[in-house]
Amino acid sequence: MATVIVDVMLKPEIHDPQGEAVLGASHRLGFGNVTAVRQGKRFELEIDGPADGAALAAVEELARELLANPVIEEFSLHPAD
Amino acid sequence: MRIGVVTFPGSLDDTDAARAVRYAGAEPVRLWHADRDLRRVDAVILPGGFSYGDYLRCGAIARFSPVMAELIPAARAGLPVLGICNGFQILCEAHLLPGALTRNAGLRFITRDVRLTVGNATTPWTGGYHAGQQLLVPLKSGEGAYAADQATLDELEAAGRVVVRYAGEAPNGAARGIAGICSDDGNVVGLMPHPEHAIDPLTGPSADGLGFFTSVVRAFAGAAAATEAEAGALR
Repeated sequence: MATVIVDVMLKPEIHDPQGEAVLGASHRLGFGNVTAVRQGKRFELEIDGPADGAALAAVEELARELLANPVIEEFSLHPAD
Repeated sequence: MRIGVVTFPGSLDDTDAARAVRYAGAEPVRLWHADRDLRRVDAVILPGGFSYGDYLRCGAIARFSPVMAELIPAARAGLPVLGICNGFQILCEAHLLPGALTRNAGLRFITRDVRLTVGNATTPWTGGYHAGQQLLVPLKSGEGAYAADQATLDELEAAGRVVVRYAGEAPNGAARGIAGICSDDGNVVGLMPHPEHAIDPLTGPSADGLGFFTSVVRAFAGAAAATEAEAGALR
């Protein structure tokens, strides 16, 4: 069994009002050196067998089909350490 | 005319949608998300709400429900489909309409009556309006900002596929003020505001939304008459 991590982020050109709200709250807390925040999602997928090329290709397909919406989001994936 | 109204777990506006269908003189047919069956309806409405709790993304799980496995090919084959609010989000997730709905620019959930301008009065759902007509209908959504890449937006505008636009500034940050769009051939329409809540001044801000439902009834009657005439000519 292996774990694969999929990170999903809004594309840079898509407005992220949640990230902006977190940025504002960071400043109010005194973390004035934070200049930008983008908020995303992290998925941890447990899979049968090793995280080999075929398994990662399958996870990539799942990410494209379900975990991310390619219209507004981009994703990256890697096996967990 | 039989118009299906799909209920997903978390749908909220299916009852109002069915009521609007009745007001327009058609028979509402309740469709259940778990049934692989469209019950021989002549059109389908995907109502507003929070299907599957809006888990993952709004509409992302509903897209894979059994009823959608029937609806997607039927819509591609020309069945009139109207997606309202969450229904619009589902149509985008199902790739029946381009683009996506993203979180409102101001982060707040918006519940207010909005003025819309009709951009395309040739779809089966908007044929009873005229281009440029203004409608007053409620908007109630947290993730209603329409987004698509520039090429898609240009294409939608060039092809007249922006069905309704917010009059004035979009309250939610929607790209180019887009409130609703249609498919290439016009049979699939999605919009964020709620015409089914504006069918009677007693229960809504106006009766301006009723036209979506009377339009599809008229389109269906017209198509039936044309088929009859064609059959008559062949006889």
